[in-house]
Amino acid sequence: MTNHWIDLKNSDCILIMGSNAAENHPISFKWVTRAQDKGAKLIHVDPRFTRTSAKADLYAPLRSGSDLAFLGGLINYIIEKDLLFKEYVVNYTNASFIVGKSYGFSDGMFTGFNTQTGKYDQSKWGFEKDADGKIKRDNTLSDPRCVFQLMKQHYTRYTVDRVVEMCGTPQDKVLEIFNAYAATGKPDKAGTVMYAMGWTQHTVGVQNIRAMSMIQLLLGNMGVAGGGVNALRGESNVQGSTDHALLFNTVPGYLPTPSTAQPMLADYLKLVKPESKDPMSVNWKKNLPKYAVSLFKSFYKDEAPEQAYSWMPKLDVGQDASWLVLFDEMLRGKFKGFFAWGMNPACSGANSNKTREALTKLDWLVNVNIFDNETSSFWHGPGMHPKKVKTEVFMLPCSVSVEKEGSITNSGRWMQWRYQGPKPLGDSRPDGEIIYELAQKVRALYKEQGGAFPGPVLGLNWEDMGDGRAFSAHKTARLINGYYLKDVEDKQPDGTVKVHKKGSQVVSFAFLKDDGSTCSGNWVYCGSYVDEDPKKGNRAANRSKEQSPAQANVGLFPNWSWAWPVNRRVIYNRASVDLTGKPYAPQKPVLAWDATGKKWDIDVVDGVGGPGAVHPFIMQVEGMGSLFGPGLKDGPFPEYYEPLECPVSEHPFSKVLHNPTALTFAGEKHNSCDPRYPFVCTTYRVTEHWQTGLQTRWQAWLLEAEPQMFCEMSEELATLRGIKNGDKVWLENTRGKLWAIAIVTKRFKPFTVQGQTIHEVGIPWHFGWRFPKDGGDAANLLAPSVGDPNTGIPETKAFMVNVRKA
Amino acid sequence: MSNGKSFLVDLTKCTACRGCQIACKQWKKLPAEKTKNTGTHQNPPDFSYNTLRVVRFSEKEVNGKIQWFFTPDQCRHCLEAPCKTATNDPGAIIIDEQTGAVVYTEKTAKESYDAVQGICPYNVPRMDKKTKIMRKCDMCIDRVKAGKLPACVASCPTGCMNFGDRDAMLKLADERLAEVKKKHPKAQLVDADTVRVIFLTEDNPTLYATNLMADADATPAGRGGYTRQELFARLAKPVKNVLG
Repeated sequence: MTNHWIDLKNSDCILIMGSNAAENHPISFKWVTRAQDKGAKLIHVDPRFTRTSAKADLYAPLRSGSDLAFLGGLINYIIEKDLLFKEYVVNYTNASFIVGKSYGFSDGMFTGFNTQTGKYDQSKWGFEKDADGKIKRDNTLSDPRCVFQLMKQHYTRYTVDRVVEMCGTPQDKVLEIFNAYAATGKPDKAGTVMYAMGWTQHTVGVQNIRAMSMIQLLLGNMGVAGGGVNALRGESNVQGSTDHALLFNTVPGYLPTPSTAQPMLADYLKLVKPESKDPMSVNWKKNLPKYAVSLFKSFYKDEAPEQAYSWMPKLDVGQDASWLVLFDEMLRGKFKGFFAWGMNPACSGANSNKTREALTKLDWLVNVNIFDNETSSFWHGPGMHPKKVKTEVFMLPCSVSVEKEGSITNSGRWMQWRYQGPKPLGDSRPDGEIIYELAQKVRALYKEQGGAFPGPVLGLNWEDMGDGRAFSAHKTARLINGYYLKDVEDKQPDGTVKVHKKGSQVVSFAFLKDDGSTCSGNWVYCGSYVDEDPKKGNRAANRSKEQSPAQANVGLFPNWSWAWPVNRRVIYNRASVDLTGKPYAPQKPVLAWDATGKKWDIDVVDGVGGPGAVHPFIMQVEGMGSLFGPGLKDGPFPEYYEPLECPVSEHPFSKVLHNPTALTFAGEKHNSCDPRYPFVCTTYRVTEHWQTGLQTRWQAWLLEAEPQMFCEMSEELATLRGIKNGDKVWLENTRGKLWAIAIVTKRFKPFTVQGQTIHEVGIPWHFGWRFPKDGGDAANLLAPSVGDPNTGIPETKAFMVNVRKA
Repeated sequence: MSNGKSFLVDLTKCTACRGCQIACKQWKKLPAEKTKNTGTHQNPPDFSYNTLRVVRFSEKEVNGKIQWFFTPDQCRHCLEAPCKTATNDPGAIIIDEQTGAVVYTEKTAKESYDAVQGICPYNVPRMDKKTKIMRKCDMCIDRVKAGKLPACVASCPTGCMNFGDRDAMLKLADERLAEVKKKHPKAQLVDADTVRVIFLTEDNPTLYATNLMADADATPAGRGGYTRQELFARLAKPVKNVLG
């Protein structure tokens, strides 16, 4: 979230799309309801009428996978009807930037596509620069090569008629929603979006979010109270795990994972340090070398930065180590062993049969979890022949979240300290302890027996995460924050020198160094644990509701927990005021300039300096919100493509049916317009279950409320297939087969797409064959292993199936 | 005696998250039922001896527009509880003086289930087949006496479930009704004068659940040959007399 949960109450218009927040983030509705009480409009766009739709002022159906037509249509509508917030667009976005001559777009394809590799050369999408290296701008937005004009031209194709044609959304609903949402383009109004996996799990997942970010920039909704682009994370600590680099392409703090293309530290630091010639651009990322060196020093604190870097694991050039690729390689026998840690890939990953088959290729599998699950029991699952499976499986029971101390970071970036509740059951252990002990053993073996490349293993800074015997959450949190590795002198504005003593905590990432004198396990968390004494230093444990009246007005609660970065509650908040520091929404400011005291009040401002001193989007190289975004693998403007499995053979936006850069695997078929699999299928969650249901299926009260795999479908489809409410049905496609109980409902309606009737069904993904016995199996048996080119996230929200009565 | 306690169940804010349904079972340590999906999300399907609270789901098309109504259903704690009039032993059903909670005891085992169940205008009480003891929501009387909110109210994220002194709840109910009416002219407070669990609906209560309103149910219940209405008429007479 750029904003935070409580901030939802400040919105004038809440768009929930790609999310079923009432069911899957029920507490969010505390704040959504507050906004509605104050007159905010709640809009829900979703293939199916859900518990969220039931609370919405406006609901519109949309065929799964067609979101980009809808969002592109809204962009076009805002521009065409001149509903944008022009001053904001000119001053705070890259609308005025002149795009380089090598950029072009024609019939669904951007320039720079290599048909052999299936990839774009992104360097073709740069900006034009003057002799000093500054990007050329046209603040009148009239130059035909400026971002605004190119964007306008790009989206002229996205007419309301075409939105209706592809999304299957009734025209009156499209217009009603476009008008309601675009009304937040008024300076003092704020619109927000709540999205989740309904937007991300597509082969155009990242571009869905990009498109919405552009809408928010056009309407001036970024950085303001009640605005922003708000991802509702699927687990209470997904934000934290992403920050700490759960994914392969980053190391902690969103630094890129080193690759063999950067053999030396200097190569890497050059890669991560962007340059801007605009003096008003803070270009915060120019500091990344300090954060990178401090990170490497947190791993290898006794080594020189160059040595520490050389020990960092490195990806091969161009290597994709995302989820689908890992299991594809596992299937091809590339792994000997596998730790499934707090995960249930046999159910959670797309194409479960492929995943389950891949597990048979392993020599060993360690399952660290609170229950035996479909992953650890894969060898005696459906279709398996236990005698033929060579994989040896180990189970390490771990404790549940409430049984251990530590922090979690919520969707709003709040790092919140939690204390241990009950003691772990039996011999189950906290994950930290298991990792700690495992590493101790591995290190002991290396010490005793040696081995390949022992340096990184034996040189690892292990003492800062435990006491040599047991893992310590506090020590680890202190390391994540970072501390001084030697005495560091710091010149004060008054000329005096302050000495930061070796071993003392660094109080902010502004003090991190690239000379090896500081360490920090994650720079964005620098400032979270600022004194060795937890009572004084552990800000995640802050629990004071104290705040100023202006902070209370927008529900900021700055003394409750700690938010990264630097306790800033609304990111890019400098965009909430004009160049003179006047809040655009005076009734709910998140920032106010105190002219006498020469300081900012309410929230922690983005970037240093008074009003108009710097551009607001400090994490962007040029300080501007990116309407044109050259950083993605599938184009600088979001473009419409159908899901890899779709019910149409063409669409009106271009001749290119699917995302040409989507992640696919050779030999795996996708069945578009295949009469054997005529229905769109989507997957989702219910309130009562959690993820693959691993925890919740064993909770009797939750299982009682949602006991079995179900398939929701329209009355029309049920009639067509002779299915009655409550019947058992089969869903199937080339990848798998799954039974479910039919829920025949008025809440699902057939879509009219290009004049054709398209039926869609929906299934939850919480079930698995292991327990309960009559619960059903994984929805992912049917989902394809295809993914977004930027993230590799599988397209589990739109694929094709057949449905018949069992 | 004060006016006791009451709930305001503001259905405009219910998202059917079922937090209250689970919280009730948790606080009361009630076992789960073995359920099946029968083509609805409503589960367990109805009240039972082990399910004192159930969130009802009702899909309706109103003027061509799909709507989904949710009712977190529970005992209404009637101001003059008809079920009490259907018992012989005054200790079987106790009216707590302080709160007005209608509390069933183990002595209900000796009472006529048909009478107690049949007279309830909301079809709430249930009996254990083995022990013959009857059970229903007791307002979390143990929690309330200890100064806590009932478990269902404590678990509610949206402000649908409210609990407090009856006068305060009636005031809140009136305020909310006035507010909700601006958007939903058919909004109403259901049986507010006769029950302690006051539902605020945005439309006709019959759209939500059959028994949301006291006079909504006309189905013959087969309880000793009487419909619920007839039983109510028969057995509620003394109550009506008392009320004058």
